[in-house]
Amino acid sequence: MDIRIERLLRELTPQVLGTVFRRFGEFEAAEDAVQEATLAATLQWPFDGLPINPRAWLTQVAFRRMTDHIRSESARRRRELDAVLQEAPTCDWTDCETTLEDDALGLLFMCCHPSLSPSSAIALTLRAVGGLTTAEIARAFLVPEATMAQRISRAKQSIVHSAVPFELPPPDERALRLRSVLHVLYLIFNEGYTSSTGHHLNRVDLSHEAIRLARIVRKMQPEVTEAAGLLALMLLTDARRQARTNDAGELIPLGEQDRLLWNRRQIEEGVDIISDTLPRGSVGPYQLQAAIAAIHDEAANVDDTDWPQILALYGLLMRMSDNPMVRLNHAVAVAMVHGPSEGLELLDTLASDSRINGHYRLDAVRAHLLQLAGDTDSAVTHYRAAAAKTGSLPECNYLLAQASRLSSRT
Amino acid sequence: MKYILMMSGTRAEFDSYARWPKQDLKANVDFMRTFSKELRDSGTFVAAEGLAFPHEARIVRAGRHGEPITDGVFPESKEFLAGYWIIDVESPQQAYEIAARASMAPAPKGAREGHMPIEVRQVMNGVPDEWLS
Repeated sequence: MDIRIERLLRELTPQVLGTVFRRFGEFEAAEDAVQEATLAATLQWPFDGLPINPRAWLTQVAFRRMTDHIRSESARRRRELDAVLQEAPTCDWTDCETTLEDDALGLLFMCCHPSLSPSSAIALTLRAVGGLTTAEIARAFLVPEATMAQRISRAKQSIVHSAVPFELPPPDERALRLRSVLHVLYLIFNEGYTSSTGHHLNRVDLSHEAIRLARIVRKMQPEVTEAAGLLALMLLTDARRQARTNDAGELIPLGEQDRLLWNRRQIEEGVDIISDTLPRGSVGPYQLQAAIAAIHDEAANVDDTDWPQILALYGLLMRMSDNPMVRLNHAVAVAMVHGPSEGLELLDTLASDSRINGHYRLDAVRAHLLQLAGDTDSAVTHYRAAAAKTGSLPECNYLLAQASRLSSRT
Repeated sequence: MKYILMMSGTRAEFDSYARWPKQDLKANVDFMRTFSKELRDSGTFVAAEGLAFPHEARIVRAGRHGEPITDGVFPESKEFLAGYWIIDVESPQQAYEIAARASMAPAPKGAREGHMPIEVRQVMNGVPDEWLS
């Protein structure tokens, strides 16, 4: 299919689905109707050319399918249909721009509702808003298609049962609810970014999908600075993707990456977004992380990195959220600015935090700082301890390689 | 995150299983079928297999020229894998809860002490558990 048509359809699908769902309810039937409309478009548009208003075209076809669906149901339903049809305004679709964008946003709010588990919200968002097929999502998460189908259908059921509303949350709730939308997009991005090691042919690129969705959210909610912050963070992180593994799929730490492989265009875009956003006030964690990523991305080499500024940003981040991973990264920044022993002291205080005690990253960071301090034996011990705790194969291989490299030097 | 739940037994335990009364066997098989359906319905199922009895099990090593050298005499105490489930869950706790459910598979009175032990291990993923920047 024409790539332009495909892109257009993926952009329009959530808007049309939102509209159909708002009008008729019945998420599953609405989805089927929109899917049929999309299919009709892929068959007709390449030959007939694009309709003047593609969105109105899709909406009308989906409305007709939905009407057929309801007609085929019982008499009780028929009475409901009458009510719906009477309500249906004769809409000049070109005037409905705002409503349609709100519908897509409403759909996103619904799919990312905090009452859904993260894995349900992710699956539903990719299906309903991202327009991916169940098979594509299943492949991306390496689970059987039947399992993913079940997950999506349970997510829909829990939306029905918990009466998650399909509507834009009232303004006072919106900031809170947007946080869960952004969090779901962040999780999707992270899944795609971290699994980009190795060769996964046929896997949908989840990071690019997350970036695409983040662009939509930012466009629809331009006043939300954290939406811009998240988009910038994704762009600035994804820019390093080519450099973070070698051909064998082995991890390369930031300090040793070939910075010529970094995607300059993406870095520029990310830096522009975050530079525009930060001065607007209401700074949040995504913006701060994006600012930190920007500092790394703009340094010509690891020694040029502006660690004092990174340290200051982690300080702000710590004041904003009590996250042990933030404190861990803060300890690294302290070590880079004030020397490894000060960083190691901070790790001692972190070890009493049950949320991170026993996590492999605590051992991995300790090993790294011990290595910087010249305590090779202890560094080797902690690299091995970290390797034994991680659930990630590339990470495990990297940590063991660090340990053996160091121990062969002594 | 993916976990593998493994059930194992000594050869003596396999032999005893083969002599369970019919209704006990049926109860066990029914339980396993229901359990498997629960995993599928909850959207956590990735894979599951049962293994043949260990009586024909062999340990294979390559000889000097890569030829297979088999060894089939095992100590009485050796535990053999009987079957496994691979599940995709949100937390280790969820994996433990599902394992506890599998552990409740029924057995005849006196066949074993308490519930069946299930070994739970995380399946390595290709994914570094990374925290951005």
